[in-house]
Amino acid sequence: MSNTNPLLDVTGLTKHFPVMGGFPFKRKIGAVQAVDGLDFQVAEGESLGLVGESGCGKSTTGRLITRLLEPTAGKISYRGQDITHAGRKQLAPIRSEIQMIFQDPYASLNPRQTVGKIISGPMEINGINPPGGHEKRVRELLETVGLNPEHYNRFPHEFSGGQRQRIGVARALALSPKLIVADEPVSALDVSIQAQVVNLLQDLQRDLGIAFLFIAHDLAIVRHFSQRVAVMYLGKIVEIANREDLYENPRHPYTRALMSAVPEATADDVPARERILLTGDVPSPLNPPSGCRFRTRCWKATDKCASEAPPLVQISGSNDGHLTACHYPETKETIPAQRLAKDPEAAV
Amino acid sequence: MTSTDQQPFLSVRDLKVHFSTEDGVVKAVDGLTFDLAKGKTLGIVGESGSGKSVTNLTILGLHDRERTAIDGEILLDGKELLTASERELEKLRGNKMSMIFQDALASLSPYHTIGKQIGETYRKHTGASKAEARARAIEMLKRVGIPQPDVRVDDYPHQFSGGMRQRAMIAMALVCDPELLIADEPTTALDVTVQAQIMDLLKDLQQEFGTAIIFITHDLGVIADIADDVLVMYGGRCVERGTKKEVLRAPQHPYTWGLLGSMPSLDGPVDVPLSPIPGSPPSLLNPPTGCRFHPRCTFTEKVTGGLCASAQPLLEITDGRGAACHLTADQRRDFFADFAATRSH
Repeated sequence: MSNTNPLLDVTGLTKHFPVMGGFPFKRKIGAVQAVDGLDFQVAEGESLGLVGESGCGKSTTGRLITRLLEPTAGKISYRGQDITHAGRKQLAPIRSEIQMIFQDPYASLNPRQTVGKIISGPMEINGINPPGGHEKRVRELLETVGLNPEHYNRFPHEFSGGQRQRIGVARALALSPKLIVADEPVSALDVSIQAQVVNLLQDLQRDLGIAFLFIAHDLAIVRHFSQRVAVMYLGKIVEIANREDLYENPRHPYTRALMSAVPEATADDVPARERILLTGDVPSPLNPPSGCRFRTRCWKATDKCASEAPPLVQISGSNDGHLTACHYPETKETIPAQRLAKDPEAAV
Repeated sequence: MTSTDQQPFLSVRDLKVHFSTEDGVVKAVDGLTFDLAKGKTLGIVGESGSGKSVTNLTILGLHDRERTAIDGEILLDGKELLTASERELEKLRGNKMSMIFQDALASLSPYHTIGKQIGETYRKHTGASKAEARARAIEMLKRVGIPQPDVRVDDYPHQFSGGMRQRAMIAMALVCDPELLIADEPTTALDVTVQAQIMDLLKDLQQEFGTAIIFITHDLGVIADIADDVLVMYGGRCVERGTKKEVLRAPQHPYTWGLLGSMPSLDGPVDVPLSPIPGSPPSLLNPPTGCRFHPRCTFTEKVTGGLCASAQPLLEITDGRGAACHLTADQRRDFFADFAATRSH
């Protein structure tokens, strides 16, 4: 969304984790290229979905934006202010506007604190005294997320997984944030509870106008929740587009393969989408393939893919704002010409 | 199941598994009955705590015998498993029946090579030599699609990726050509592209060897891909059973509708909010009276006389199809039609 003033503007964001080794003195012998040159924007009140398989760098991205990790290169601006290397003091006012919801509702709540204490924690740290005191605000928040305000003095172990995740949501809301980074917020929950939490987040986004960076591996949930979606593969965004464009007209072979691999709960004999079976696993980010990183699993790869990294651009046939990084993009009509043989030798 | 008149390969009759704990008796499985024929796949769906994993640990005899009270019958190829001695079970496990677990890393020993772990099962059941077992392990790794199996056989589990570990575990489970394979959420921890590979592998192997598979999952999409018959579990009981088509196209139990309504799809409408099941799964320490689903069910008031809270609905199975619900068949048809209509607009 090329609006005049995006809420969050990320350019060339890179994070390399050094790998130490050697004897007798440890030195840097390599780097895990977890995130490598991301460009994206999040508009105010918008939800951007970030999907990809494990190890593609989506969680690292979330942690970089919340500044839990220090970026190696690139720039993060929040409301036009450069926060890439901002210090503690400078970040303090911004931290209250960017909050995070974590994946594991068991690990992310302190078992020794009451719910009231957990949710009022952010307010205490930031020295915020809402009218009527902390307790009143916490009770309001508990009600907002669908919990009983009477449970103010209970401990996390007295709640089920779905309820704990609601507590995490209430804590994130405590400072009235403008942007919430939700890192796999529902993947640890049962299917019926997942839907409850997704609906809750959707209501919050609509009613409070909070922007979301919604990180998930589940394509169907991201489609349901996010107006715009970015697909990541091995530290890079391979495709980013509006929801409708991405799901109806995926241009990157990886996006297409990823969608085709999602099993759908239909009993039809003919599957809704043509199945593209990728061989092998995601390569190691320690030593990613040259050129296009997807080429080792791509059925269209040529020499060009190995030598030249495709830029993330709008390609012909795509709508505005639909960017794809591929030399040989898919079109609606293409049926993958070469089916991948299920040959074990071909798997890398 | 319905196709053969003779004794089914695996037959579970009125299985009850109760654990005694300090807080009381946990009724993990409470009256479960099903059959499975050779070469068929039974998908068991349910949320955490529905008793699906306990059922299968009991089939394998992996439960704690001291603390568990078991009632019912489990017949594998005509042999009663519940009364079998540990020694008899040991002969069956890994040989006639075997299991694939969810977490491959936790289920493999970090101290032994993949090849040794696969070969160990083989040696135990066939008395093969070390060299023969190694050759067999290489053959199995090749069959499950591990590249360069003759090299990778000497690797340790940490040298394998998640998908490869799951493949190695499948190789281990299949090394003695078992007739029954129990897969407990084998793909839940994997990425979708790898999940697709593993499911294709299981389907191929089943076609080749005619293995009967019990596939446990919480994902109805996975069920749609792999199962022949489906059993939906809730609170330790079976609430609905039928073929895959019957259960997915015309589900009869409100819980199954709830599961379907909770799942977003890749091509359904996007503006409609999901219709989750309210509340959370029951504690099996103190399960609800009557129908265990009734506190979360939105159709309770449609049943006259408050039956849902007082009487346990019976699971009446005709031709392998049935649901345990007090709603009449006509009511269920109408309510499902309403439900399906809200989902498609």
